[in-house]
Amino acid sequence: MIEISNLTKIYGSSEQEVVALKDVNLYIKKGEIFGIIGLSGAGKSTLIRCINMLEKPSRGSIVVDGQAIGSLDAGKLRQVRQKIGMIFQHFNLLSSRNVFDNIMFPLEIAKVPHQEAQKKVDELLELVGLSDKARVYPEQLSGGQKQRVGIARALANDPKVLLSDEATSALDPQTTRSILKLLKDINRQLGLTIVLITHDMNVIKECCDRVAVINNSTIVEVGDVLNIFSNPGTPTSRSFINSIVNKDIPEEILHREALNHGGAASKLVRVSFIGESAGEPIISTMLQKYDIKANILYGNIDRVKDTPFGNLTLELMGSPALINDAMSFLQEYGLEVEVLNYAGNNGDY
Amino acid sequence: MPEIMEIIDLNSFLTPYLGQNAWVPGAVLFASWETIYMVFLSTLASYLIGMPLAIILVTSDEGQILENPQLNKILGSIINAARSLPFIILLILAIPFTRWVVGTSIGTVASIIPLSLAAIPFVARLVETSLKEIDWGLIEAALSMGASNWEIIRKVLIPEALPSIILGVAITAINLVGYSAMAGVLGGGGLGTLAYYHGYMRYQTAIMWITVVVLIVIVQGIQVLGNKAASNVINKRR
Ligand SMILES: Nc1ncnc2c1ncn2[C@@H]1O[C@H](COP(=O)(O)OP(=O)(O)OP(=O)(O)O)[C@@H](O)[C@H]1O
Ligand SMILES: [Mg+2]
Repeated sequence: MIEISNLTKIYGSSEQEVVALKDVNLYIKKGEIFGIIGLSGAGKSTLIRCINMLEKPSRGSIVVDGQAIGSLDAGKLRQVRQKIGMIFQHFNLLSSRNVFDNIMFPLEIAKVPHQEAQKKVDELLELVGLSDKARVYPEQLSGGQKQRVGIARALANDPKVLLSDEATSALDPQTTRSILKLLKDINRQLGLTIVLITHDMNVIKECCDRVAVINNSTIVEVGDVLNIFSNPGTPTSRSFINSIVNKDIPEEILHREALNHGGAASKLVRVSFIGESAGEPIISTMLQKYDIKANILYGNIDRVKDTPFGNLTLELMGSPALINDAMSFLQEYGLEVEVLNYAGNNGDY
Repeated sequence: MPEIMEIIDLNSFLTPYLGQNAWVPGAVLFASWETIYMVFLSTLASYLIGMPLAIILVTSDEGQILENPQLNKILGSIINAARSLPFIILLILAIPFTRWVVGTSIGTVASIIPLSLAAIPFVARLVETSLKEIDWGLIEAALSMGASNWEIIRKVLIPEALPSIILGVAITAINLVGYSAMAGVLGGGGLGTLAYYHGYMRYQTAIMWITVVVLIVIVQGIQVLGNKAASNVINKRR
């Protein structure tokens, strides 16, 4: 649906240029919710704003729904933009118009006949659950309600793509969840492709299918949200995931002195798992199968979209050979096993 | 200088105010009407021209929808130059132009020309300030919906800045009341003429003071109306 090739964006003059995006390549599939996460200044907004040409790329091409949008003349670009909805962190509703007329605005721009447009606005109000607020002015709405109006407005011309630039960053966690749920519903009901930018991993976790991690103007990692969560490939991704999933083992566990049990060797391992079948059943099978003992020191289970994923920190005790076999057994079942510590090392290896 | 002669030859011009023994309240009422009429029309004219100039100023600025730094700079300089011209000088400089447009350079209709000319650059800057307060995010949202520049001007810039623009209209009209009194001294008609030629030149101090009071009332009235209109718009949006 969206194909970004070799996109580079440089701001400023030649003496003082800021490279906001460097050679970005990205393919966003039809009907998916695609997240873009990165720290402040990473280039997220620049990237999403290039998709509807609010920002002109310095180099590279962007194809949206088969149309190369960099080469369009002004009139054609305006038409294409009608089919790319956008929502914003600060909502950007017109204070001079009530809710109804705010949603009417894009329909006026698209020259939709008045009667038809009114009907459409009513439908959209219904969709976002604000039918009772039609005649209210934005000033009277809460942040979440404002964003609902923003979403309704962005959907008015039946876009193929919805761009969301930190649409939940100004909202509290509960409101964020309800807005994300709305976006998910829209994605399912309308088959709309959604590109959303955030610096909050929770947002990605809650509703994205795939995610791109952007750091220092480049995409450092792209993939399924689940894969990146369970196996982040770059320090940037890792730090984002750690920000919400505590994969770090508490100090006192790593520094346990008593990792020596009656002469038997022991290993501190972290087992990461994804999906329903994973996790504890496999571990208990392992314990039945191999003559070793396991001590669960620390665990964390979370859900990404609808799939559980988590990690357990285990202390495995028994003969070293059996411990190794047991670990291979876990790996065979698709669990990721990482050795954290050997007995007596006190964590400073 | 024929212009000056014309201004001083006021006998016929002054009859509506105070012929030999005119009724004073009637003369004051008539002069007040003239002042209001002049101020109203020159405010209108200055907005008709000043407002588009303000829109050009704002939209041609760097990073704006019709970015054009050269035009912006040139227009800005012209407006600044025009604003630095003292009104009294403009009043005299404008005489040939006024006469060309209206056919005469004295009287209320003729005064509307220099008054409007003086107010246009002022209005341009005032409206520019109002328009600049608008969050760029709103313009961006409109652009993202595919709005044309004209739609952005008409449906975003002006409606969003409306309360502030209305307050500017009041400020402009109040300034023009003052200017119109100055024009009145040069035969422009209205309360200025009444105060100067009767109050001052003919030592009718009472008339001068009455004029001052009436001017205060007019200025207050404009301010109250302006505030009310602006807050009506704002309240409607709450
Ligand atoms: N109009 C501009 N002119 C010059 N530099 C800009 C402009 N817009 C953005 N930049 C710079 O480009 C870089 C990327 O900015 P961008 O807004 O895309 O970051 P971001 O990832 O969206 O950050 P945030 O999370 O803070 O919104 C930053 O260094 C920023 O200073
Ligand atoms: Mg940003």
